[in-house]
Amino acid sequence: MSSLKGWKDLPLATTVPASTSEKVQTGQWRSMRPVWNEEECIHCLQCWIQCPDKSIKATPEGKVTGIDYFFCKGCGTCAAVCPKKAIEMRPESEFIEQ
Amino acid sequence: MAVKLKDLITKERAMRQGHRMCPGCGAPTVVQQALLAVEQPVVVTAATGCLEVSTTIYPYNAWGVPFLHSAFENAGASVSGIEAAYVALKKKGKITKDIKFVAFGGDGGTYDIGLQALSGAAERGHDFTYICYNNQGYMNTGAQRSSATPKGADTSTAPAGKVIPGKIQKPKDLTVIMAAHHIPYVAQTTIHNPMEVIEKVKKAIETPGPAFVNVLAPCVLFWRLEPSLQRDICKLAVETRFWPVYEVIDGEWKLGYKPKKRVPVEEFLKPQGRFRHLLKGETGQAVIEALQKDVDEEWEYVLKRCGETWEPQA
Amino acid sequence: MSRKDITSGNWAVAEAMRQINPDVVAAYPITPSTDIPMKFSEFVADGLVDTNLVTVESEHSAISACLAAAVSGARVMTASSANGVALMHEIFPIAASYRAPIVFGLVNRSLGAPINIHCDHSDSMAERDSGWIHIYCEDGQEVYDTMIMAVRIAEHKDVLLPVFVCQDGFITSHCFEPVEFMDDEEVRSFIGERDPLFPLLDIDNPVAYGSLALTDYYFEIKRQQVEAMKHVERVYREVAGEFAKKTGRDYPVVDTYKTDDADHIMVIMSSAAGAAKDTVDRLREKGHKVGCLRIRLFRPFPAKAVVDALKGAKSIAVLDRAASLGAPAPLFTEIKGALYDAGIHIPANTYVYGLGGRDFFPHNAEEAFMDLINNNMSPEERYLGLRE
Repeated sequence: MSSLKGWKDLPLATTVPASTSEKVQTGQWRSMRPVWNEEECIHCLQCWIQCPDKSIKATPEGKVTGIDYFFCKGCGTCAAVCPKKAIEMRPESEFIEQ
Repeated sequence: MAVKLKDLITKERAMRQGHRMCPGCGAPTVVQQALLAVEQPVVVTAATGCLEVSTTIYPYNAWGVPFLHSAFENAGASVSGIEAAYVALKKKGKITKDIKFVAFGGDGGTYDIGLQALSGAAERGHDFTYICYNNQGYMNTGAQRSSATPKGADTSTAPAGKVIPGKIQKPKDLTVIMAAHHIPYVAQTTIHNPMEVIEKVKKAIETPGPAFVNVLAPCVLFWRLEPSLQRDICKLAVETRFWPVYEVIDGEWKLGYKPKKRVPVEEFLKPQGRFRHLLKGETGQAVIEALQKDVDEEWEYVLKRCGETWEPQA
Repeated sequence: MSRKDITSGNWAVAEAMRQINPDVVAAYPITPSTDIPMKFSEFVADGLVDTNLVTVESEHSAISACLAAAVSGARVMTASSANGVALMHEIFPIAASYRAPIVFGLVNRSLGAPINIHCDHSDSMAERDSGWIHIYCEDGQEVYDTMIMAVRIAEHKDVLLPVFVCQDGFITSHCFEPVEFMDDEEVRSFIGERDPLFPLLDIDNPVAYGSLALTDYYFEIKRQQVEAMKHVERVYREVAGEFAKKTGRDYPVVDTYKTDDADHIMVIMSSAAGAAKDTVDRLREKGHKVGCLRIRLFRPFPAKAVVDALKGAKSIAVLDRAASLGAPAPLFTEIKGALYDAGIHIPANTYVYGLGGRDFFPHNAEEAFMDLINNNMSPEERYLGLRE
């Protein structure tokens, strides 16, 4: 409890500044990991637009560059919507060593 | 002008990363897509529900835009109050920017407990867009039936038992109820195709006055659906005509999609555990037949309102 | 220049609202407060105010819209009574927690059942722990003046809490009496402009209102509200002091009438204080040293001022226009608590009167005073004007 702020240090009126959730590492929830295959990817952005967690990384020009594992919860939607099967879902256990 | 996904890459999201909706949930997809093409700044309010609690777990806030939640049944009244304040403060010169107002509610907060506040807001003509992320039940409290729950679904307050095969009643047609308010924009859609929600919500927000968008969005947990199938199940909802997509613009009905083939509603039910009990035995078959009859009748109704005919391939 | 007019308590509220010229009013009709939004609607229709009037479809939506408008940065007012107040109940603690300085004309009416349109305090007393400031007024003049002061108190940066300005349904709300009004300009300079703390419409500094705060933070947020309440009395005195300088009308947190040397004091609220004070005068003529203490500020409860007024008395009678079924009446409980904390034990009788608008006559007040004078004391709740 000691790391939590006391009442005098909290903003009034229940307010919270915008976007503070960006510190929350929801990637820890993941049991299956999407692995992106750059060679197969046609950059159609279907994974990018369908990801509920905005975890597909892309350049401003619209090129997919990978997966944001800090946030990705491993739902597999990206793999399911990929027309080229360029994303494979693999168990997190395979990546423990890394 | 048609929106292209590529042009939306750099757009700041209204809802940020680190929210705590379940993996595969349809609701955050709805929010992400809905606000992606909106050019004006938005202020968001939400009814109590999964979306609200999972995006605002204190002291973390997933909203990149101003956000207000106060209770379950009052999103319509809240958006009215915000818009009323905006109009007043703008008139006095205290606000100069153009701002748009969006309310999100689940089907519990929209079809049921929040219907009165939404109806009032629509009747009064505030300039707002109300988006119902419709997952067909009270999912935040553990999958209780709502008036949006489909016939035959197994829910925690209308469970599939030995005598009663899940929910008996068919859902109310909220989209039609909202269209009957004669507001300038009403749409029914789903996340089967991202441009659907992106473009329809853009249109809704740019239309002055009240707009209502009813978006079918799966709760993968309580639909008992593979979490990766949010888009695919919505495609099936549209292909089976379980969830027709259409708009009502200034009273003109416009059909969004006509399936090429007659696909039985069972195809939509099969991937979902909440309908599993219907897939075996005579009772289940009777419910599926009744559900198919409802689907056919409602589809005919939508076709008629849209002035369309449908000739599916054999 | 100020002007005097014959008006009702409701119209006095509406007139104050016209002069305050709030940004948003969201209201729903209910007897006996309906006159307030009705009269105010005329001002809107005639272009006398800039207010955005939202004629909502329920009291729940009225307070929800008020809350949303208030956190958006607007100055917001509304009015209601009884079942309307009860329907709003869910939103009251939320409004207090969001520190929304809504000023609310509460016209007291009994809660059903049986359904009854007349005055008692059961509606507002049911909201006494909702985190709102409660001020109870005796007459139309006080209602008018309090509405204006309430804006300043509610919006003060050390307070930021919503305020109920209570008046007795029909007795005050519909009684026409002379009220002295301030100039429009004078009102506007007194209240100034609202300077909101975290306006939702400040899109360049976005915040979220209404998080899910669980076991780790909820308690701290409530503690902040406790602190805000602690500042209310000081701010109230500052605002009331300034108001008195401008108008000559002084409104302390409690209204003491001949209590200084009194042996027996009646504690009461709102319009019934008139009959109580009248009775004080008549009993004084007969040689009885009696006085009346009217509680104006009920939340936060001004315990020190109450103790100061009561500490010299030999006995007291506390009159409640609301019952707390199964427990001592609300005002009585507060008075006992204040005296206990001050280490003072004064024998006290508790009376419930006027439920459902039952008239409160001077002879009812006299009955209670005579109990004190005759040392007819007991902790048992008594009822004035009730048929056995």
